Amino acid sequence: MGDRIFGIIGLLLAGFYAWRGTLIQESFIQDPVGPKAFPFIIAGVLALSSLVFVLKPDPAPDWPAAGRIFEIAVSVAMLIAYALALPEAGFVLSTAVAASYLSWRLGAAPLHSIIAGIAIAVGIYVVFHLILGLSLARGPWGF
Amino acid sequence: MDALSSLVDGFAVALTLQNLLLALLGCFLGTIIGALPGLGPSNGVAILIPLAFTLGLPATPALILLTSVYYGAMYGGRISSILLNIPGDEPALMTTLDGYPMAKQGRAGEALALSGIASFVGAFFATWGLVFLAPQLVKVALLFGPAEYFALFTLAFATLGGISSRNQAKAAFAAALGLGIATIGVDGQTGVPRFSFGEVHLYDGIDFLVAIVGLFALSEVFVFLENHHGASDADSSKMKIGRVTPPLKMLRETSGAMARSTVLGFIAGVLPGAGASLGSFMAYSVEKRLSDKNGTFGKGDPRGVAAPEAGNNAAAGGALVPMLALGVPGSGTTAVLLAMLLALNITPGPLLFQQNPDVVWGLIAALFIGNFMLLLMNIPMVSLFVRVLLIPPKYLMPAVAMISFVGIYGISGSTFDLMVMVIFGVLGWVLRKLDVPLVPVILGVLLGDQMEKNLRRAMTISDGDWTALFHSPLAIGLWAFAILGFVAPILFGRFFRVKKRDEEFVGD
Repeated sequence: MGDRIFGIIGLLLAGFYAWRGTLIQESFIQDPVGPKAFPFIIAGVLALSSLVFVLKPDPAPDWPAAGRIFEIAVSVAMLIAYALALPEAGFVLSTAVAASYLSWRLGAAPLHSIIAGIAIAVGIYVVFHLILGLSLARGPWGF
Repeated sequence: MDALSSLVDGFAVALTLQNLLLALLGCFLGTIIGALPGLGPSNGVAILIPLAFTLGLPATPALILLTSVYYGAMYGGRISSILLNIPGDEPALMTTLDGYPMAKQGRAGEALALSGIASFVGAFFATWGLVFLAPQLVKVALLFGPAEYFALFTLAFATLGGISSRNQAKAAFAAALGLGIATIGVDGQTGVPRFSFGEVHLYDGIDFLVAIVGLFALSEVFVFLENHHGASDADSSKMKIGRVTPPLKMLRETSGAMARSTVLGFIAGVLPGAGASLGSFMAYSVEKRLSDKNGTFGKGDPRGVAAPEAGNNAAAGGALVPMLALGVPGSGTTAVLLAMLLALNITPGPLLFQQNPDVVWGLIAALFIGNFMLLLMNIPMVSLFVRVLLIPPKYLMPAVAMISFVGIYGISGSTFDLMVMVIFGVLGWVLRKLDVPLVPVILGVLLGDQMEKNLRRAMTISDGDWTALFHSPLAIGLWAFAILGFVAPILFGRFFRVKKRDEEFVGD
């Protein structure tokens, strides 16, 4: 079943891509094929291969249980929040929180994961910023 | 010999203190990256690229650092294969078959030493192969016009899927997806924005480094989150190594296996789309067919350890040939290395050999030096790396995720890029669940621009006549191979495909 749905999404994607392709404005500088030809070829390959998935699907993969999918969704939200928090809260604090969360979800005991998170954040800060001089996100406290 | 005198110049480049230290660092990090399950050469190199880039290293030192990591990872992968029966990276899968049984018989040290020597033999002779073959290929490549290049790119995509995926349609889909992503942004020839949805951030297109780190490194984190790997921590009681010198007799017995596997591995590496996993697979299967007289393979036969390790390291060197000479990588990791070259504004291909010989030959010389460093690190000092295996994924993966963010943030300082990276991470996870190979996606993102440019240049020369793509015999030959490479696996795939026992690995 997974492949059929994937194929349909692929077909929709190919259609959407081709439609956006037709909206590309032609410029007055022009080569014989223009900026649209290549995207149309790609849309064709996308559509053809998606059609194969619909007609000849592979056996479905083992999708994880709903709980696991929820787990990944929350982690994605966490990482996006982390990206947004970086410029606001600075590197060390946001990284410590995000790394603790991930290590907790990967099975570390809560206290261990907090220690690991802080160690990872400080470790990266020392190695990449203090030693290698990479610029990391600066928060209100400058780290 | 031309190549030899260039190589001497290359040694002059590589033998500076800075470059030697970078090679040493790269070999060390590479061995660790290879040894840790969950971090392979492609995602290991992927997270290091943004760092090398933001540190402002010039092209040659950056390339030396990262290819040392690449060679090192090929050595390191065997450590966890032998000790834990978990391949440290995909090419090391075949090493588990005889390496782990040897370890169980208490001969772990011998297996480690032997596989270290086999790795050295494979990599050393493959680097010589690179010295002589790459300039020959450059001569051919100089005959290429835009139409031939377009056919060559098509060939790369067509053959790439055949081995890495079970389903050609999925490989084609992956390639188209990558190429589609590459078209996002302002069109280089006419200056009109494409697929940017009015979003200013997308006018520059999607940075391929963001896509690579997301697809390779972050998706790995999601795989671990899905499977909750907390329980699979390494058990230190299994880590008894014993003596780390192989008996001379064993070396003599395995020398034939190493020689054959080196040749096979190198050929597998040079072929587009094959890479190190195929190299070690072919080496092992051929050796088994030739030498397995008493049914000892799979039960701890030293030849079964030497063959795949010589094979995968030779393939790693071979895969550099098309990447450097044609600008078309044949495997996941060489695609990642290509990304770094492009990020440094260097376009590999025949012109690289003419315009920047110091980069190419400095790199090759550094590979020779790195190989000796790796031999030293991987035999007497192997117990050091064994200790690294004790880091459980629950602490390792968060660190990998955070370093990915650091690298991308370092390049652009933009939150938008970080979000795009997270999206790519999720995309990578979904595609892996659906068994869609990731390497063609990466290759598409990397080569899309070049491929389109060559197509349109060919069309401009012929004034819009599409048959111009098939005019020269060279182009027709490339197209024929492309079609053959795409169709053959559909017909005969069953017989020569690498069995994927474990889906946790991406590319090689």
